[in-house]
Amino acid sequence: MKGNRYIRGVQGLHRKIYLLSVAATVIFLILLSRLWFLQFIEGDKLREMSENNRLRFIPVAASRGALLDRNGKVLVNNTPSFSLAVIPNEVKDKEYLLDNLAQVLSIDRNELLSRWEKGKGRAKYFPLVLASGLTRDQVEFFEENSLRLPGLEIEVKPVREYPQGTLAAHMLGYIAEISEKEMATTDFADYNPGDYIGKNGIERSFEKYLHGDDGGRQIEVDARGRLLRTLSETFPVPGQSLQLTVDLELQKAAEKALGDSAASVVVLDVNSGEILAMASSSQFDPALFTSRMPPEQWQAYLDDKRRPLENKALKGQYPPGSTFKIITALAGLNEGLIDENTTVNCSGEYAVGNGKFHCWNRKGHGKVNLRSALRESCDVYFYMLGEKLGVDRIADYARRFGLGQPLGIGIEGEKSGFVPTAAWKEKKTGSRWYLGETLSVAIGQGYLLTTPVQLAAMTSGLATGSIYRPHLVKKILDRDGKTTKEFQPEVLKRIELKPEHLRLVREGLLAVVNDPGGTGASARLYEVKVAGKTGTSQVVKLQESKRAVAYQYRDHALFIAFAPYDKPEIAVAVVVEHGQHGGGAAAPVAGQVLRKYFELKGVVRKPGAALEAGDEETKEDGDKE
Amino acid sequence: MIDRRLLTNFDWKIFLLILLVAAVGIVNIHSASASYKIAGTPYAIKQLYWAAIGSGLIMLICSIDYHILEDVSYWFYGILLIFLLLVLAVGKTSMGATRWLNLGLFSIQPSEPMKIVIIIAFARYYTSNQNAGSLGFRDVWLPFLLLAFPALLIMKQPDLGTAVMVCLVAATITIAVGLSWRVVLSFLLTSIPAVYIAWHYILRGYQKNRILNFFNPERDPLKSGYHLIQSKIAVGSGGLTGKGLMHGTQAQLSFLPEQHTDFAFSVFAEEWGLVGSLFILLLYLALVLWGLHVASRCNDRFGTLLAVGVTAMIFWHIVINMGMVIGLFPVVGVPLPFFSYGGTSMITSMIGAGLLLNISMRRFMF
Repeated sequence: MKGNRYIRGVQGLHRKIYLLSVAATVIFLILLSRLWFLQFIEGDKLREMSENNRLRFIPVAASRGALLDRNGKVLVNNTPSFSLAVIPNEVKDKEYLLDNLAQVLSIDRNELLSRWEKGKGRAKYFPLVLASGLTRDQVEFFEENSLRLPGLEIEVKPVREYPQGTLAAHMLGYIAEISEKEMATTDFADYNPGDYIGKNGIERSFEKYLHGDDGGRQIEVDARGRLLRTLSETFPVPGQSLQLTVDLELQKAAEKALGDSAASVVVLDVNSGEILAMASSSQFDPALFTSRMPPEQWQAYLDDKRRPLENKALKGQYPPGSTFKIITALAGLNEGLIDENTTVNCSGEYAVGNGKFHCWNRKGHGKVNLRSALRESCDVYFYMLGEKLGVDRIADYARRFGLGQPLGIGIEGEKSGFVPTAAWKEKKTGSRWYLGETLSVAIGQGYLLTTPVQLAAMTSGLATGSIYRPHLVKKILDRDGKTTKEFQPEVLKRIELKPEHLRLVREGLLAVVNDPGGTGASARLYEVKVAGKTGTSQVVKLQESKRAVAYQYRDHALFIAFAPYDKPEIAVAVVVEHGQHGGGAAAPVAGQVLRKYFELKGVVRKPGAALEAGDEETKEDGDKE
Repeated sequence: MIDRRLLTNFDWKIFLLILLVAAVGIVNIHSASASYKIAGTPYAIKQLYWAAIGSGLIMLICSIDYHILEDVSYWFYGILLIFLLLVLAVGKTSMGATRWLNLGLFSIQPSEPMKIVIIIAFARYYTSNQNAGSLGFRDVWLPFLLLAFPALLIMKQPDLGTAVMVCLVAATITIAVGLSWRVVLSFLLTSIPAVYIAWHYILRGYQKNRILNFFNPERDPLKSGYHLIQSKIAVGSGGLTGKGLMHGTQAQLSFLPEQHTDFAFSVFAEEWGLVGSLFILLLYLALVLWGLHVASRCNDRFGTLLAVGVTAMIFWHIVINMGMVIGLFPVVGVPLPFFSYGGTSMITSMIGAGLLLNISMRRFMF
C-alpha cells in the first residue's frame, strides 16, 4: 500500500471541504427562499394565473327581442345565421382545407386565406370566422365532412331579420357590433367585445329590454386549447319584445306618400300620444349594418344631400312657418288683443320704423279677420298681432304647446327645437331685440325652430286642449307574449286656454282645408272633416325670383292637420325639405295619410279620386325687407 | 476485493437517501406523465427499471477499489475525448443537436460519462501534482487544457447544460485544492472578454434567447420565454400545501414543457407545495453534506478529491435544475439527479453515488 503518499496533503483539503459545506448550505437556503417567495408570497397571484391558463369563458349570445306593430305584426325579428369558423390548431392540412372551402363556399381562395391570416395574432385554439350566412346545403356539407376536414366549426347565431325591408328604419334603428368607446361606458359594463347592440332608434333606447342576458360556458382547456370539460353553463335569457304604437299599414302609406324626397311625417293619436306612424325619407337599409356594409354604400349614405341616416321626424329642426300662426292667434285671443271680429286691412305690406314687411301676397288681402287671416295665411294680420304681443309673450304661449323643449318620447337623440326671447338674444349677442324680429317670430320665421314631432304635438294640443306625451312603445312583452310593462298615456301639457278661443282657431284651420281660397285644400277628405294649416319656412331670406332657386336654398314646405274636426282622433305633421310650398308639397302627403287612416277605420270606403288641384292658392308667406 | 469488513462499512444511509429521492421521483413521474398518450411501458415503470439497474451498478462499483481509477484515469479520459471527436464527425443528429454515437450494438452519449471522467482525471492530476501552497499559474494551465478540450467539444454539439456542468465540477475540485489570489483575479479579468466572445461567436441563437428570456421572460411569452413563465406559475400556484398528487393543473393540462424530465420539479412543487419542496430540498442537502462528509473523512488525497467532485456534480445538477425551474437561472437542459425521468441521467448519478459509497466504505483501509 502506498499509504504515505495518500495521507500527505489531505489535511489542507479537509479544512476547505468544511467551507464548501457552508457554501452549499447557503446556496440551498437561497433556493429555499426563492421557493418561499414563489409559493408563499406570490402564491395567490400565480395560482390565479394558473387558473387563467386553464379556464375559458365562451359567451352565448341571447336572442334579441322582436319589434311588433300595434296589432302584433312583425317589424323586426331574428333568424338563425350559420357561420363557418376554423380552429387553426386543429387543422391537419391547411392547403387541402382551403381548396375545399373555396369550392363549397364559392369564395376566392386568396380571400379566404387573407381572412385566415387576419387571425394570426390570436391564440391558435380560438375559432376564427371565415364566412357567415351559410346556406342549409353548405351547413349540411360541412357537417357530413367533418372527419375529412378537421378543425371546422359551425356557429349558429341569431341575427336581425327585417321582413318589412327598410320600413320605419329610422324609428326602429339598427344594430351593429359594440364599439370600443361604448365598451368603456358604464351602460355596457356587462357586454363582451363582438356583442351586437342597438346603435340608434328604438333598438338603442330599449337596448336593456331587447338585449336579454347572455349565457355562457365555463370550460377547461389544456395547453393546446382543446376543450377538456365544461365546468358550468348558464343559458341565455332571450330579450323582451316590444309592441309599438305604430300601425304597420299606416306607416307604409306614410312612407309611400313621402316618396324619396327629404321629408318626414308624424301621425299622433291625439287622445293618448301614441305615435301611429313616424316616417323619414329618404330611406336606408338597416340590414346592411348587421352584416358587412359595402364601403361604397356607406359613402353614398354620407354623401346624399337628403341625409338618409337622419331621423328627420325627431332630429330635423325647422322654422315652423305659418303653422306657428296658431300660437300667435291663441296668444292674441287670450291676451284680449283681438277677437273674432277684429279686422286688419292688408295692403300687402306692413310698415315698421323705416322699413316695410311684406305679406306673401304683395297685392294684399284687403280687409281680413282672424278666420280669413288663418285661411289665407295673411302675414300682415299677424305682423300687427305680433307687434302688440311682443316676443316674450309669444314665446310663453309657444312653450305652453311644448315647443322649445324635448318632449321626452323615449327615443335617443330627440331635438328640443328653439323658442327665442328678448333676454336670450341680449345674452347671446349683446344687442337688444328688434321689433322686426318679433314680426318674423309671429309668422313662424326667424330664430324659431321646431321638430315635426313637436308640430304634431302642438296640433294635438289645439285639437283636444291637452297634449299627451308622444310615445312609440305600447307594451313590453316577455318571451311568452305576456305583458311585463305597459306604457300608459301621460298628459304632458294641459292647454289652459278658453275653449272658445281654441274653437275660433280650429275654425280657421277648418277653413284652410275646406273653404275656397284656403291654402290646404289637398288635404281635404269628403267623408271626414279635416282641419289644417300650411307653412313655408325660409331657408334663406329674400328670394326675389322664386323660379330658379338651387335645391338647397328652396324653402321647406310644412303642413299640420287634425281630424275629424268635431271629435279629433289624430294629428299629422308633415315637413318636406325644400318642398317650397306647404299647400303644394306637404298637404298632399297629409291628405294621403289621413285617407289611409280613415280607410283602415272603415270610414273612408274607397280610395279617393285624384285630387282636384289648382283651385286654391298655394303660394303664401312673406319676406321682410 | 470485497469482504465482510467492507460490507459492514457499506454506507446504508446514503444509499437509502438516494432510493428515497428516486422513489419520490417515480411517483412524480407517474403524475407528470399522466396526461401523455403513449403506447408501451409508462415512464414511471421505465424509471423504476433504471433505478434498479442503477442500484445494481452501485453494488458493482462498490466491489472494485476506487484506487484502481487513479491508474486508468487518463486512459478513460483519452478514450472519451476520441468519442467526443467522433460524435462531431459521425454522430447522430436529432432535434438540432449531435450528441449520440452509434457503436453498432448500441448508442452512447459520450458527454454524459465525461462528467464522471473529468472528476477522475482532475482528482488524478491534483493528486500527482502536489505542492505546498495554493495553485499558481504554472499549476493550472494543464488542468485548464484538460477541461477545455472536452468542454468545447460538448459545447459544439451543442449541449450547453453538460458543458456548464463539466466546467463547474472541474472548477469546484480546483477550488477545493486551492487557488492563489492572482489566479482568481486574472480569471475574473479574462472572463469579461471571454463572455463577450462566447456571446458573439460561440452561443447559438436559441441559447442566447434562453439567456435573454431569463432576464426578461415577458420578451416572448408565447415562444421561448413560455417555459420559464409556465414553470414559475406552476411552482407558485402550488402554494403552501400544493394542489395534490395528479391534481396540478399546470402539469395535468400540459402547460409545462418537458415536465417528466427537466421540469419534473415544477410538477412536484405544484402538486406538493412549499411543504413538498422543502422536503426534497432537505433530502438533497443531506445528500450533499453527507457527500462532503465522506470526502472529509477520507484519508487519501485522490479519494477526497473524487468525493468532492462527485458531490459537486450532484450539487450543481440540483442547483442549476431547481434554479432554472424557479426562475433563478436561464433554461439550460439539466436534469434533477435521481428525480427527473431519464436512463442516462439516472445511470450517471448512480455511478457517482457508487463512487461515493465506494470511498465511504474504504475509509479504514490502511
